Order: sequence, then C-alpha cells, then structure tokens
Amino acid sequence: MNIDKRLVRKDSLEKLFDILKQNSKKIYAPVTKNGKTTFRDTASFSLVSTGYIQTTESSKDISFPRTEKLLDYSKNKEGMSVKGIDLKDIPEVILWGIRPCDAIGIGELGSIFNWDYKDEIYNNRSSKVTVFGFSCNKSDEYCFCTSVGGNPGNTEGSDILFTRMGEDGDYIAEILTEKGQAVAEIASGIFERLETADKEKFLADVPVKFNHNEISEKLDKFFESKEWVDQSLRCLGCGACAYVCPTCACFDIEDEAHGKNGSRVRCWDSCGFSHFTVHTSGHNPRDVQSARWRQRIMHKFSYMPERLSVYGCTGCGRCSRACPVDMNILEHLISIQEVTV
Amino acid sequence: MAEFEPKIVAFVCNWCTYAGADLTGTSRIKYASNVRIIRFPCTGRIDYMLLIKAFDEGADGIIVSGCHPNDCHYTSGNFHARRRWIMFRSLCNFTGIDTERIKFSWVSAAEGARWADIVNATVSEIREKGPYTEYHKVSRHAEKEVNHG
Amino acid sequence: MVDLIKKAKELIETSAVKVVIGYEEGTGNKTRALFVEKTEDADRLIFDSRCVQNLAAYITKKEIKDKGKMAIAATLPVMRSIIQLASEFQVNDSNLLVLGITPESKLVEFANLVEVETFVHQYQIEIDARNKEMLDKLEKMTQPERWKFWIDELAPCFKCYACRAACPMCYCSRCTVDFNQPQWIPVASTELGNLEWHLMRAIHLTGRCIDCDACYNACPLSIPINLLTKKMLLDAKEHFGGYQPALKGDHLMSTYKPDDKENFIQ
Repeated sequence: MNIDKRLVRKDSLEKLFDILKQNSKKIYAPVTKNGKTTFRDTASFSLVSTGYIQTTESSKDISFPRTEKLLDYSKNKEGMSVKGIDLKDIPEVILWGIRPCDAIGIGELGSIFNWDYKDEIYNNRSSKVTVFGFSCNKSDEYCFCTSVGGNPGNTEGSDILFTRMGEDGDYIAEILTEKGQAVAEIASGIFERLETADKEKFLADVPVKFNHNEISEKLDKFFESKEWVDQSLRCLGCGACAYVCPTCACFDIEDEAHGKNGSRVRCWDSCGFSHFTVHTSGHNPRDVQSARWRQRIMHKFSYMPERLSVYGCTGCGRCSRACPVDMNILEHLISIQEVTV
Repeated sequence: MAEFEPKIVAFVCNWCTYAGADLTGTSRIKYASNVRIIRFPCTGRIDYMLLIKAFDEGADGIIVSGCHPNDCHYTSGNFHARRRWIMFRSLCNFTGIDTERIKFSWVSAAEGARWADIVNATVSEIREKGPYTEYHKVSRHAEKEVNHG
Repeated sequence: MVDLIKKAKELIETSAVKVVIGYEEGTGNKTRALFVEKTEDADRLIFDSRCVQNLAAYITKKEIKDKGKMAIAATLPVMRSIIQLASEFQVNDSNLLVLGITPESKLVEFANLVEVETFVHQYQIEIDARNKEMLDKLEKMTQPERWKFWIDELAPCFKCYACRAACPMCYCSRCTVDFNQPQWIPVASTELGNLEWHLMRAIHLTGRCIDCDACYNACPLSIPINLLTKKMLLDAKEHFGGYQPALKGDHLMSTYKPDDKENFIQ
C-alpha cells in the first residue's frame, strides 16, 4: 500500500493513547523502573517513558515471552490428558514506542521461528501485534544500526512510524500497513493532513562503523582465530546479552510439574551459559567461554545470513549496554574486521 | 462451602520427633489429621528449599521438628539446623513470607502427647489464618503469560 | 596507577606470574577487567573510583586459572572475597598473588594470603547509609507489604543469572538452579520462579557474602537483590556477632554454638 504520511500533534499523542485504551486495546509501552526502561502492559499515558535512547529490554517478550506455556497436562485413571493453549486467547496488542532497530528485529526473529518448522504460537502472537515505531532523534556510542543495514528512521517492521519534528515538535506519522491503517481509523481525527514533510533532518546521526558483508565473509575463515579467546576472557557467561537482544531466539522447554498436573513451558535460554550445550553424556562441545562467544557472533553474522538471508543483529547496542563486564559487540566486530586472518 | 482444612507438612527427624509421633499413635492420642509427616534422618538434613517447595506445592503451614538440643542422634545435627533456621526464618520474614506458618519445635521420642499438642495448636492456628493464598496465588501463575504487566 | 603498572610488568617479565588481572578503560565511561599476559599490555592498567567490578569472580574461572599463577589488583571487597575463597579451598598462595589497593588507592604488596587477611581484618564490613535506610524502610513494613514489595521488585527478573556470574562466591560448576531431576527451583522466569531463585541465592550466600554489590551492579535491570544479602549480613551480626572472611576457622553456616539464641522454637 502507499505510505500515508500524516501529522500528529504532540498533544494528540495522549489522546491517541486514550482512544485506543477506550477501544479496549492492550498497549505495551516503555515504562521506567529502577532507572531501566522496559515494555509493560500500560494503563495510562502518564506512565509511558519518553526520552530513552533505547529500552533496556527489547520488545521480543511480547511475541516470544520469556516464559510461555505450551500445554497443560494431567495424569488420571484413563491415562494422560493434554490441553494445548488456545491461540484465540492470545490478545491483540499494540506495541508502542519501539525503535526502528527493534521493529526490524521482529522480522529477523520471525525468520528463525519459520526456518523449517513454522512456529504456530510465535506466528500467532506476532500477527496480533500492531507496531507503533518511534524514529530515533538521539543515539549513543553503542548504536550501530546503520552498520547492519538499518537506519534511525527505518520503516521496516513498523505499522505506523512516528518521527518527532525536533526536540519538542509534532510528529510525522507514516501509516505503513493495513494493520496500521486499521488502528489509525479508530482515531482518525488525530491523524491530520500533512503538506510536506522531510523526516530525514530530524533523525539521529548514526555513523557507519563497519561493513557487515565484509564481516560475514571474514567469519567464514575466522572460526579458529585466537581473537575469540582474547575478546571473551572477561566474559562471565551470563545471559544478559541474549535476554535483552531483539533477535536472540534460543529457548529451553521445561515441564513444571505439580503432582499429577503440570504445564510444559518454553523459557528463554542463552548460548552464553556454560550448560547450554552439555550433552547427556557429560561432554560439552562448547566447553570454554570463547567457543560460546564465537557462537554468539557467528550465529548473528555468519549462520543467519547464510541460512535465513537476514542478519541476527539490528545494531540496537543493547547487549553492550546491559553487559556487566563491558563486552561491547561493536568494538569486537570492528576488531574482527581489522584483524588479519 | 466446606470448612477450610489446612494442609500441614511436617519435616521431622527419624530419631526423636518421628518416634515421638509414633508414640502419639501407639498411645492412642487423637490429634488433627491435617499433618503429612515426612521423615528425615536428621533435622540437619532439612534443606531450606524443601520448606519452600512445600508452600509451592500447596501447604498452608509447615512444622519442622527434631531432637532437643544435646539429644541429637548425630551429636550436632540439630544445632546446625537451629543456626540455619535462625537465618532462614529471618530471610523469610524479610521477603514477606508469613513466618507464623512455619513452626519449629523440639519433640523427643518420649513426648507423644507434646507432638499431638503441637500439631493441634498449629492446625487450629492455621485454620484461623486461612489458606496461604498469598503464596499459592504466586505459585500457580505459570498461566500468566505475555509478561508481568 | 603507575605503581601497579610497574609491578605488573615486573611480575610478567620475571615470570613470577602468568597473568595480572586488573582494570582497563572500557567503553561508555565504564572500566572493565584486563588480563595482562604481555608486559606491553600492562600500560593499559588503570585504577579509579569507577573500578568496582569484583575481579575475584575471575580467579575461579577455568579459562583464567588454566593460564597458571595469577596476580590480581584487589580492592578491599576483592581481598575479602579472596580470603573467603581461600577458606573454601578455591585459591591459595601457590596460584594467586594479591596486589592490594587500599581504600586510599595505594598499592600494597602482600607476600601471602595471611598478610592479606591481616590487612582485611583492619576493616569491618559496613552497610552504606542509602541501603541501610532502605533496609529500615522494609523492616517497618507489614509482612504483606514486604511480600508485595519483593514480588514486584523481582517480577522483571528474566533469570539471565548475571548476578550469579558476577559473584565471586558463586563458583559452583553446577548451580542448584541448573538441576532439573529433581527440579528445585522452577526454571521459568515467573514470579514464583524468580522469588525462589533469589531466596536460594541469598541463603546460599549467607555467611559468605562480603557485601561487594557485584550482583546488583551486574543486574541489567537494576533489581535491588543486594538488599537480601545485606539483610542476611546484618542478621548474622545480630544473632552470631557477625563474620569476617578468615583463612582458618569455621564458616558461619557450617558451624554452631550450643548456646545459639533463638526465640521461636517451641
């Protein structure tokens, strides 16, 4: 469909939120707690954070929850009864305030869940999300979306993209999809006519730091490099990077049992954990942190482009911000580019 | 609705309290049947996580009981246990777990009547307090999907 | 830290140690761990007030230990951790040399861990005013209020285990939470799973935690989990007169006194 560019006045944003709420829409918006901004089911516009460069957690929790029930089971005299979750129970959701690097990540995450097996639950959740992207007018030293093919005003993945015209200005709203259109129609008065608009000049300046194609090519011959060991010595092997990442998709399936009843749940997991690859025999093919760090980078910059034709990294820089020991992915990608094989 | 019957889990040592509870039975002393006794070699073996697990699985109250100080079959198991209970109880209290629902006691193999009294008192106190829904509500929340609002 | 750089160079040059663990400038005005194995890398060593990561977390890591004898730039909390780790037989004089950094940012050299211990024992573990105030506030709440506080605070936890990874005392090669047969702690990051994980973490650190705040600093969501261990520290003081990590003697929770006082056992 043609992109419909509209004007949304800065004071109308709250009205838009309220109208959507009145139409019983569930809105996940960035909320700040303990100084960290994450997406939460938000009741009131006054709780919505603004001014964040990037949220601490990505929005993937909405379509790929950290803990998600797949089925309930119970043992009884007749045997076993199993009840899967009803996809109809999954609510329609508006994802408010995500950055273009998160919006593009939705597609990247989706490509993993649809590689060979089509993950019905993921796809259903994902299809029920309407994405309100907000372009970036600020960035920090961890941002590198432009190095992985994105940009601070990228429309990909958003249903409506809002770009603020200046620090305290009104918004350009680009209605990008039918889903976006449908929501916009609920609050049609909010989306005013816009004569001309050039959003580019309002966007943050994110310089390109490396060539991602070059990195992918280099990684083909980089598996045995000592660089992995040097880079990862300080890595403590927690899962913070994977859990804040918009595209990390690893999960673990667990049975949570209570006597004769229980639930099968899907929980996030991380390739950074030392036990992630432990075999039943006790053998661990990735028994050192450098092998796990290598897996993280290779998966995003070599395996995913090769198998899924997408990068597993959107340049949001979250992992670098969240890392307790300053494992800065951008710095390490640059040094991979610079090192001679 | 039927009257609330508290579920009480008792973690007891093999040598004193379990024998004491046995004596309660052989002495034909009647006491509340709400208690599910789990026998351990020693109170020193009772891990904190077992107590938490009991609440997790639906217990409304917990009794932990073993040999009186200086009477431990293994000399000092109950002393170790006592130190741990002091810290565990303080952690529970700090995190808002209802410590009135966890009863600690020393019951010897000769104190059959005392065991009956402790169980009866605990059952009536927990009956008064009602089910531990505060904890159980949390424990049954795997259904709460698409995160934590 | 000119002294530290000089010392590190000397240690590497003379092969007294294979690696010196210290801090270097990181990104975003953060500092981070540096592992000096070549003399030229020693010039990157720095020390200032931003260097708060507890480097003792590295000395039990296989990748670092395998290098051979280590030297470590150790602030007071790091030295305390080292003494505790030594008392748990995780390090000893043959594999670790401590380059102490005093609270006044002076370098002190220690010949052995006994000297480190003597140094550490000059200082008491004190809980800072801000956290003390928070603990008092929680103390004054009713039981249901405290329950709500913790359920709410712990709810965002997604179990990345950064707290565990950053803690020098969490060196088990297999943590209780990683066991699933039988399963002790729910793997799922739910309110219950989070609560039980943090309860267990706090209790397993009781009598061992030296209050370095590494867990809190590591938490990507800034959940005040250090309050739990701080509370255990305070209560240990109240009940058992407190503890200091020590090379010899019993650990707080693996010993007892026949006259330990309590008022809740019937």
